[in-house]
Amino acid sequence: MTIPTTPGREAAGPAPAAPGDGPFLSVTDLRVRFTTEDGPVRAVDGLSFTLERGRTLGIVGESGSGKSVTSLAILGLHDPRTTTVSGRIRLGGREVTGARERDLERLRGNTMSMIFQDPLTALSPYHTIGRQIAEPYRKHTGASKRAARERAVEMLAKVGIPRPRLRAGDYPHQFSGGMRQRAMIAMALVCDPGLLIADEPTTALDVTVQAQILDLLGELQQESGTAIVLITHDLGVVAGAADNILVMYAGRAVERGSAAEVLGAPRHPYTWGLLRSTPDLDSDPDEPLRPIPGTPPSLLAPPPGCPFHPRCAFPPRVAGGPGRCSAERPELPEGRGAACHLTADQQRAGWSAEAGRAGATGSASVPVPADGGADLLRKEGDR
Amino acid sequence: MTHERDPRPAEGAGRGPAPDPAPPPAPGAPTGPGPRAGSGTAGPSSGTASRTAGSAEGAVPPRAGEPLITAEGLVKHFPVLGGFPFRRQVGAVRAVDGVDLTVRAGETFGLVGESGCGKSTTGRLLARLLEPTAGRIRYRGRDITHASRKELTPVRPEIQMVFQDPYASLNPRQTVGTIVRSPLEVAGIEPPGGRERRVRELLETVGLNPEHYNRFPHEFSGGQRQRIGIARALALEPRLIVADEPVSALDVSIQAQVVNLLRRLQRDLGIAFLFIAHDLAVVRHVSQRVAVMYLGRIVEVGDRDSVYTGPRHPYTHALLSAVPEAATGVAAGREGPEGRPRKERIRLAGDVPSPVDPPSGCRFRTRCWKAREKCAAEVPPLVRAAGSREGHLTACHFPEEPSVTARAEDVVLDPALAAAEGSQDTAR
Repeated sequence: MTIPTTPGREAAGPAPAAPGDGPFLSVTDLRVRFTTEDGPVRAVDGLSFTLERGRTLGIVGESGSGKSVTSLAILGLHDPRTTTVSGRIRLGGREVTGARERDLERLRGNTMSMIFQDPLTALSPYHTIGRQIAEPYRKHTGASKRAARERAVEMLAKVGIPRPRLRAGDYPHQFSGGMRQRAMIAMALVCDPGLLIADEPTTALDVTVQAQILDLLGELQQESGTAIVLITHDLGVVAGAADNILVMYAGRAVERGSAAEVLGAPRHPYTWGLLRSTPDLDSDPDEPLRPIPGTPPSLLAPPPGCPFHPRCAFPPRVAGGPGRCSAERPELPEGRGAACHLTADQQRAGWSAEAGRAGATGSASVPVPADGGADLLRKEGDR
Repeated sequence: MTHERDPRPAEGAGRGPAPDPAPPPAPGAPTGPGPRAGSGTAGPSSGTASRTAGSAEGAVPPRAGEPLITAEGLVKHFPVLGGFPFRRQVGAVRAVDGVDLTVRAGETFGLVGESGCGKSTTGRLLARLLEPTAGRIRYRGRDITHASRKELTPVRPEIQMVFQDPYASLNPRQTVGTIVRSPLEVAGIEPPGGRERRVRELLETVGLNPEHYNRFPHEFSGGQRQRIGIARALALEPRLIVADEPVSALDVSIQAQVVNLLRRLQRDLGIAFLFIAHDLAVVRHVSQRVAVMYLGRIVEVGDRDSVYTGPRHPYTHALLSAVPEAATGVAAGREGPEGRPRKERIRLAGDVPSPVDPPSGCRFRTRCWKAREKCAAEVPPLVRAAGSREGHLTACHFPEEPSVTARAEDVVLDPALAAAEGSQDTAR
């Protein structure tokens, strides 16, 4: 199989969507299973989503929810000896799942590329920044060394590295954290990829630098029309940067919708919990946060039915009784929706009640021992 | 070791003893800062109260609000070695360079800043895990700046630490019981009912099952491990806990559980916390007073609401405007969320400079949009700016308006961003 002209090249310039051939990236019923000593781990279990050119999909979830595993599956980076990947991944009209390694190599860095969380470990310490940016460009376009170097300098300038010609000769350790992440963005975008996967791109950065990098990604996207999958645990990051949001829990997507819908009117009890437990700069700081009780499940033995049901307060309200949540796995509907047995009306009313509760309890109310804590007064008495 | 430094102007000199309008040392506390001889007079296993050594101030609990620990002009420089064939000191990382702060009894004092600003070093200095290069630390009126190991014996139990990484700070070969019990053993305390009973109580206090006494750390999740670390810190009934990024390694839903636990401990047990974190939203939720650090110095300090709603230092403005927020981020760029004014947008250029060779004068001036000549020449003192509330101090020659609402024009200093946004504006 030969790869036709890369869509990345064609997409140079703001071309929002290639007309006709459906979404740019489509993932259908993706399942990723690792074989471990303790048994199979279902890291991703039936995930489907689509992404158009020029749009950003935010995948949000806590550690172990399968978000990074998904990104590695799209890039075809899983080790086939220990990992079983099934389902379909189509990128720009071509099949990625089951593609041969040689074909994948031609896609990676060219049509799809990735930014990792820690730029210091993702960059080679032995090669100059300029060379590392030029390398994928030479490989994929066959450009001369000189042209590739020029391109690297141009990319460094674009991502805001001062004196790019000089800094292209530096090694990664000579760059600061924020500059390394900029260099990695330059490397990822050097071939004008159609798809950019950013896995926690700002988690290792300071907050003022994070804001710069997120804004920069947005600006570069407007310019090039790249589709971005933004993977993060931080709801604030997706709120500012994503068009659509997919919330993942225990290897499954539990809610999907536009950023405004998911964050403004969330439907899944897990999303409610996430939003409630995230401290922000506007809510009443004297009000205790309301965390989700319990801990995420082990993927070695995920709970039957809805994976969130052991931590959920709502099974008693589900039509068909609480037993339904532990027996029947709720499906995530197409488009806007949540994978929950609560009816759509209950889901809408649920968040209003949650939000109302948060707003109403402004005064000093009796603190709820939300963390399952013990009786502290007794300890006071010991003194 | 001495290094040739030009004497730093201002900072700690020619001003009051502390940044806060703090009353003089507690009436009950001993006046002389000298070392207390013979701390072992009463013996470690003294009395019914499990309070440790028989130091005088140990018997009198500090009243809420009185200064518990005070730092004046605190400095910590780490030597940078280099040269050949003999490695000599060629410079110093000025991790902490003139910090004044006071933590009062029973309060949570938040210390925020970006990586490398010296907040963790400050915490470790106050816990006396590090030896200060200069400056003074007073714990309940007593000078512990250079106190020896022996002199620190009565103080150690009163100042405890909680560390960031619950995977690295617990010994994997010890059971939870052994871990939480070890402070009692080190201090030689035999609580009434025995150590094991006390440990089980502590586990219950932090929301763990006391039955898990004999389990090992690997059997617990990250949040539970952090609770073990907190139980260990509580074992000696400290007056001050230095918590260094205690929730940064945890997932959001778990982080909220631990934040609530810390708040509850502070309120119910009256323990003072020095809460060190980079997450401004978390700090806001636990702290009564907050200090913002930048490159080894405190640039702004005040009570929570003053700092968060009426910041005066440009760096605090930039920090607050950079916090990504789930609730407001969607609407950012256009209008704010219903009923609230849009927040200002400030995008700084570049990263924090190296603390090996910090900028002269105001350290923030290299990234500041208001910097003028005066900023390079003079170190701005940490003082109350005109229009600030009592106790709200800012180290800036040209303080900002005390508001975080949007300005007429965003402050965008990043060259790449400014270029991209400029080209779009012209395209429109």
